[in-house]
Amino acid sequence: MSDATQTGPVLAADGSPLKRSLARTLRRQKLRALLLISPLLVFVLVTFIVPIVSMLFRSVENQIVAHTLPQTVEALQDWNPDAGEPPSEAVFEALYFDMFKAAEAKRHTQVGNRLNYEQPGLSSMFRGTGRDLDDIGEEFEDVFVGIDPAFKTSEFWFELLSGEGGESFLDDRRALYAAMLGESMRGDVGFLPSAEMVSLLPATSAAYTDFAIWTAIEKEDVVAEERPWEAVYAGLGVDLRSPEVVAEIGSYSGPGADILKAAVASRDQLPQASFQEMFAESDEDWLDVEGWRTMSLYSPDYTTGYFLNSVDLQKTIDGVEARPETQQIYIKLFIRTLYMSLIITGACILLGYPVAWILANLPLRTANVLMILVLLPFWTSLLVRTSAWKVLLQQQGVINEILVWLGFVADDGRLVLMNNATGTIIAMTHILLPFMILPLYSVMKTIPPSYLRAAKSLGATNWTAFWRVYFPQSVPGIGAGSILVFILAIGYYITPEIVGGTDGVFISNRIAYHISSSLNWGLAAALGTILLLVVLALYWLYDQIVGIDNVKLGG
Amino acid sequence: MSDLTITVPRPPLPGFTLPLTAVLGAIFGFVAGNVYGQPWIGALGGAAVGVVIAYLAHAMSHKRTATRWGIIAVLALAGLLAGGLGAALSGVIIGAVMSWFAYWLDSGDYRKNVPIYYSAGQTLWYNSFLFICGLVFFFLIAPLLPVMWLSFNAEDFFTFTPEMLNFQAEGYSLKHYRNFLGTEEWMTPLKNSLIIAPFATFISVSLGTLAAIGLSQSHVPGRQAIMAVLISPMIVPLIISATGMFFFYAPLGNWLEANLGLSQNFVGYVKVILAHAALGVPFVIITVTATLVGFDRSLTRAAANMGADPITTFFRVQMPLILPGVISGGLFAFITSFDEVVVVLFVGSAQQQTLPWQMFTGLREQISPTILAAATILVTVSILLLATVELLRRRSERLRGLSPG
Repeated sequence: MSDATQTGPVLAADGSPLKRSLARTLRRQKLRALLLISPLLVFVLVTFIVPIVSMLFRSVENQIVAHTLPQTVEALQDWNPDAGEPPSEAVFEALYFDMFKAAEAKRHTQVGNRLNYEQPGLSSMFRGTGRDLDDIGEEFEDVFVGIDPAFKTSEFWFELLSGEGGESFLDDRRALYAAMLGESMRGDVGFLPSAEMVSLLPATSAAYTDFAIWTAIEKEDVVAEERPWEAVYAGLGVDLRSPEVVAEIGSYSGPGADILKAAVASRDQLPQASFQEMFAESDEDWLDVEGWRTMSLYSPDYTTGYFLNSVDLQKTIDGVEARPETQQIYIKLFIRTLYMSLIITGACILLGYPVAWILANLPLRTANVLMILVLLPFWTSLLVRTSAWKVLLQQQGVINEILVWLGFVADDGRLVLMNNATGTIIAMTHILLPFMILPLYSVMKTIPPSYLRAAKSLGATNWTAFWRVYFPQSVPGIGAGSILVFILAIGYYITPEIVGGTDGVFISNRIAYHISSSLNWGLAAALGTILLLVVLALYWLYDQIVGIDNVKLGG
Repeated sequence: MSDLTITVPRPPLPGFTLPLTAVLGAIFGFVAGNVYGQPWIGALGGAAVGVVIAYLAHAMSHKRTATRWGIIAVLALAGLLAGGLGAALSGVIIGAVMSWFAYWLDSGDYRKNVPIYYSAGQTLWYNSFLFICGLVFFFLIAPLLPVMWLSFNAEDFFTFTPEMLNFQAEGYSLKHYRNFLGTEEWMTPLKNSLIIAPFATFISVSLGTLAAIGLSQSHVPGRQAIMAVLISPMIVPLIISATGMFFFYAPLGNWLEANLGLSQNFVGYVKVILAHAALGVPFVIITVTATLVGFDRSLTRAAANMGADPITTFFRVQMPLILPGVISGGLFAFITSFDEVVVVLFVGSAQQQTLPWQMFTGLREQISPTILAAATILVTVSILLLATVELLRRRSERLRGLSPG
């Protein structure tokens, strides 16, 4: 400091303390950097990270059962799965109304498919019974219309059930719909349930309110002009089965009271069969305890079931158990994926090491020419290289033709090089080899050749000089290349799909199968999540060894 | 350097060149004889030919080229007499290899690249090592050649016909290329690829370059974490990206269609373009940050000093210097999108079928050699792209004052 007399903080040119001024500049610099990065960061977060996270979510998500059959799931809470009895009448009653509503929205088959992953056969049970739901309701409808033709008209039902004070009831039913369909279901229904009716005829009001919401919002019709669902008749039938309801109707005097009382008087004509019997008539399997156990196990909103499936376990009422031998495929597939990726990585090291060495040690001009031979396959379309291997490896392919022509292989004893693990390993080694050579090369470039000469002049043999001096220095390159190749290999899909047949496929092919063929998306997501965790662990390792900043492309 | 040169003495004929050439001849003879079911007779004959060639090479050491052509011609003629054009070609190859081998041994060239103090064993190892490397290079490149050759097949087969092997004109045709260029089945996917890839590249390059410049500033909070997020599309296996995007983009597309009234086709393109742009980002980030490492920061300060605002500085000073890196990052992004099949398979619909998708279904279901024509065209394109990237890299190194490659 030239100004020795000045005390206090050092000042910047504008008179503010230098420390604060510097801090402000630093803050501004940081802000500017972040501003430059933020568009891309937001883009990648939205288009890439969010989808991946949504996949993770889907691997445990199981809301479809509880959202589609909410009242059934609630009623099922009281059922004791160990008793060996099918659930009570209340459950079947709830199931009827839930399923009717779901069938109108064509959602019941989705629940059936979901449960079918856990217990085959449930899908057809749901599908078949979904067709019989109308018939059950019509049995009630016929009787009611026989008692009084007014039951046939839309006005009667609308007047009977609409009124005041039912806002919260309407909102509850709307929320159930919204959960099932994943839509907001906002909008004017044109119908307000009467609070009196909700407490007097709960099942009827519930069924009619569902009908009203569906009619007004999804079909965009006027509620008062539409004939109600068969489920509404069934609902009235259910309500009239209760002696308390019958007693209360005696003192009821609102709209439609006379007709209602007439119905009460002739209620002996109504179908007397329980809903349990009616479901059993539609499909015997509804009385099967196993199906109900599956339903109760998979009724919570979140499940570990998909993850258990993907490691060959299953959920049972007694806890987690191993799957039957014949159904155990995923552990085997994971092990095969890891094992084959290891072989491919090993083959890449074996083939890539000498090539990287020669590229690093030849004069630069020659090395650059040879480098093109490495980069050309790297730049060539993956599909082109895969089709090349199909041309080479198939039974009538180039390799077999040459071997037959040269007489080394009999015409009827052609080698099976494709549609098995051999094909996958050969083709993928070729495809991934550049990813091994390039990192190895960039590490070997930094090892001075004089080290080897020094070792030799000190008396080391060629082998000792290589093994004790050169090789240890090239290990980071091997590590980087291996992890890169391994990460790429375990996620490969295209090549195993085309040359792998059945024995040479990876876990990724199974994921694709579940996405596009079996439509078991939850299981696909769980398998994907496990694979992702393996890859992320390796990614972390890669970061530790090489550093993400040091990834280089094309030499 | 001194003028001292050490000449390698010519190796003895009977103890070295002769037996080694004979062994090589025997190997070729064994293979050739095996075609006729007589491998051992073939091996003997081959050894005899090897002896003759070795002797010729030793005796005619000053007329190397002429002698080699002579040997090749004789063996080609022998092949032609024995088994037609294909065998003649084999004769040419065998003659070229054996005469080169004999001269290489006889003239002492085999020691040219090893230090003078190397023992015989070390020299042998060095040359075997070169041979192994040659095999690996062969393994890298050779699979692409039959594809190109077969794409000119006159038949609808995936295999060589006898006419092709005998180089008869009727075995070859351009019909698969005509089929590729003349049918909707292939032209629509090509068009789709050429729509999707440039847009995806544009998004990843423009956002990626900005972000790379931000990342190369000296003080970036959470740099490591940001980098990890931006690189992740390259590391996460494609099948997982595709699965995640499948779950995410389907409802997003429905929402766009329902709420913004966009057509299904347009939304389909948008989905695939966004997905591909995300996949291309890491390549842009990596190449552009690598270029920025060598960027002289004082140039921007000098520009600012002379009164340029940041935007002018960026476009007039920084951009021209990092342009090679940006372009090669863009090429990487382009090829990523152009070559991508898993994500488009899951995210796109039939209207967005791209060229790799069409090839993939072709390979999996009906096998038509048109795929090979498409493959050959793609290889040609990738050679051109590779050449561009290589030129750009050298230019960039020259600009930065590094040694020209």
